[in-house]
Amino acid sequence: MEIRRDIFQAIADPTRRAIVVLIALQAMTPNALAEHFNTSRQAVSKHIKILTECDLVKQEQQGREIYYSLEIEKMKEIDIWLDQFRKIWEIRFNQLDNVLSKMKKQKK
Amino acid sequence: MKKDLLFDLTVDKTKQTVTITREFDAELPLVWDAFTKQEFLDQWVAPKPFTSRTKYMDFKVGGKRFFAMVSPEGQERWMIQEYKSITPKTNFQLFNAFADEDENPQLPGSEWDYNFSEQHGKTKVVISIYNESLTRMERLIEMGFKEGMAATLDNLDELLATASAK
Repeated sequence: MEIRRDIFQAIADPTRRAIVVLIALQAMTPNALAEHFNTSRQAVSKHIKILTECDLVKQEQQGREIYYSLEIEKMKEIDIWLDQFRKIWEIRFNQLDNVLSKMKKQKK
Repeated sequence: MKKDLLFDLTVDKTKQTVTITREFDAELPLVWDAFTKQEFLDQWVAPKPFTSRTKYMDFKVGGKRFFAMVSPEGQERWMIQEYKSITPKTNFQLFNAFADEDENPQLPGSEWDYNFSEQHGKTKVVISIYNESLTRMERLIEMGFKEGMAATLDNLDELLATASAK
């Protein structure tokens, strides 16, 4: 079964948000990352797996170590979504502005 | 839009809440009416070319508003809202959910909290929308945007289609 994942799923979990913040600063190995959390390494790996599936994290092999880093471009999707959402409310409120000015005139 | 009117929209993922703040160039009683009376609501909640059609609205605690967003092709998407608390000209709260045409809500819905205040003849409205599942809300909105299908917030999918068609 294939589950479609997206960026909003990626950041829905507090641990994953923390991982995103950490690797945004610098690329990190799984061990270095796990040290920041009280949960097991397995739990952290599971979160990294989800982040990778959401295309938010890329991994690079350097020598014997794997380093995780953040796909900054992908983070922009959140802004795009928010923009659309903003636009809707703008349209709606502009209509309300018109209704209000009509109501004002009727009152007079 | 009038440039000097405040407009702000923020998403707090930890609280699973979207907060929308907007100022209106009108006195509070007028703005309150525009948000709480059927004849005014139907004039603005649906962005053109969509229209809002209210079957009934009973603005009191425990009362409901059952309405549809109607597309230019005549397709209806029904929504049901139940008023949870009302403090006249100050605050009201409602529970919002999509519904079928027989008024059966499709859960989970979202909780809406409206706050009104007036200063210097301008009225500020702060709307907080709490979603049980913000992820779900976002996914559905995204889906609505991409495929013109379902959305959880009001007529968001239709609105997104309108916005993207421009």
